[in-house]
Amino acid sequence: MLRPFEVHEPSTVAEASRLLGHHGEDAAVYAGGTELIPVMRDGLASYRHLVNLKAVPALDRITGEGDMVRVGALATHRTIERSPVVGARAPVLAQVAAGVANLRVRNVGTLGGNLCFAEPHSDPAVLLIAQNASILLARDGGERRVNAEAFFEGILRTVRRHDEILVWVDVPALPPHSGAAYARFALHERPTAGVAVAVTLDGGAVSSVRIAVGSVGPMPARVPEAEEALVGCGTDARALRQAAARTGQTVEVLGDLYGSEDYKRHIVTVLAAKALDQAVARAARPTGPEH
Amino acid sequence: MDASVPSRHIALTVNGRPVDALIEPRELLLDFLRDRLGLIGAKRSCDVQVCGACTVLLDGQAVSACCTLAYEARGRQVTTIEGLGADGRLHPLQEAFAEHAAVQCGFCTPGMILTAATLLQEVSSPTAAQVAAHLRGTLCRCTGYWKIIEAVVDAGRRGQEAGA
Repeated sequence: MLRPFEVHEPSTVAEASRLLGHHGEDAAVYAGGTELIPVMRDGLASYRHLVNLKAVPALDRITGEGDMVRVGALATHRTIERSPVVGARAPVLAQVAAGVANLRVRNVGTLGGNLCFAEPHSDPAVLLIAQNASILLARDGGERRVNAEAFFEGILRTVRRHDEILVWVDVPALPPHSGAAYARFALHERPTAGVAVAVTLDGGAVSSVRIAVGSVGPMPARVPEAEEALVGCGTDARALRQAAARTGQTVEVLGDLYGSEDYKRHIVTVLAAKALDQAVARAARPTGPEH
Repeated sequence: MDASVPSRHIALTVNGRPVDALIEPRELLLDFLRDRLGLIGAKRSCDVQVCGACTVLLDGQAVSACCTLAYEARGRQVTTIEGLGADGRLHPLQEAFAEHAAVQCGFCTPGMILTAATLLQEVSSPTAAQVAAHLRGTLCRCTGYWKIIEAVVDAGRRGQEAGA
């Protein structure tokens, strides 16, 4: 059974931030609860005060801003999966949302909660890093924008301060002649490995590429060695296989119950090849910017 | 009970009937339904939202009652397997499950049927592939999935014929 707690219903982000500041470590943000409630029930964490962000209006909104999509922190995976705005502007994000856990978790779990919990075995952050998303953190009296790749600090750790609220995630449009893709492998509810790619082509060559890997290390992260080696190369099978191999070799990996380090490096190489092929094929489509 | 945390009065609708209750915020929906209301259709099984045996509908959406606070149901509609049929008649999905013998031990059946019902709300006559995709994450350890999928497809087909 859960230990006793109170639920607070703030009506603004500033009020939520003040509640967190006032109650300090005794308070936690409560969004979908798909991570928080089980850990509290199992006694892995205990809080006397839950600050229910669902009480703050409009935090779940998804809006298109030009070619960019802004996803409110409280948008559920299910809402993202089915959002026409996301489908038109960031279709790979919709695909990733559709693969999260199961229907019940997707109905309740939120993107903001997923990111802030920072469970390493997770999909959405990997794609958001590849697509150069940014995150708005707000507190009473101030806000800051953080790049998705700078948001994570380690296992279950992010740069969010205790009294900060994740308000939204901006996913910018891909430049022209670009494509994105996400490939993952999952035996259980949570993924074993996931690789996201966003690539831009110029003529027949790669002009820029972002490769992000998740689930195999302490946090989702880019793989700069693989990215740098691919820029300027053609998009032939050999170049892409080399980039995939370099991704598997240089990514930070921790062996755990999902697999040994060697196994994970192998899986990442396979997934990177798949994601690179798909992203390049999408980028090479003749009809302007495609995801 | 900790006296320093006040209980809360909540009003909700369970299977079409209004329910008022005094709850502690920490009370889980599954305990509330099973222990307070005697609705034991939703089962406690994995307890970590993986298996689907505790599935109930909250405003028509499938949730895991094992990890949902009863507090979340305030002002909302809860549907359990006990409330799916109407006027003493089985829901078409329940009839189809019986006819197709889509039940072995029966432990997963309430969650299967409620989850399938949310699919039929969206797609009146789904294909086997659509049913399988929708039921992913609702586990049957007797491995009776084929019968279950056939039953849902059949219920959808019959519903569409009846509506046509």
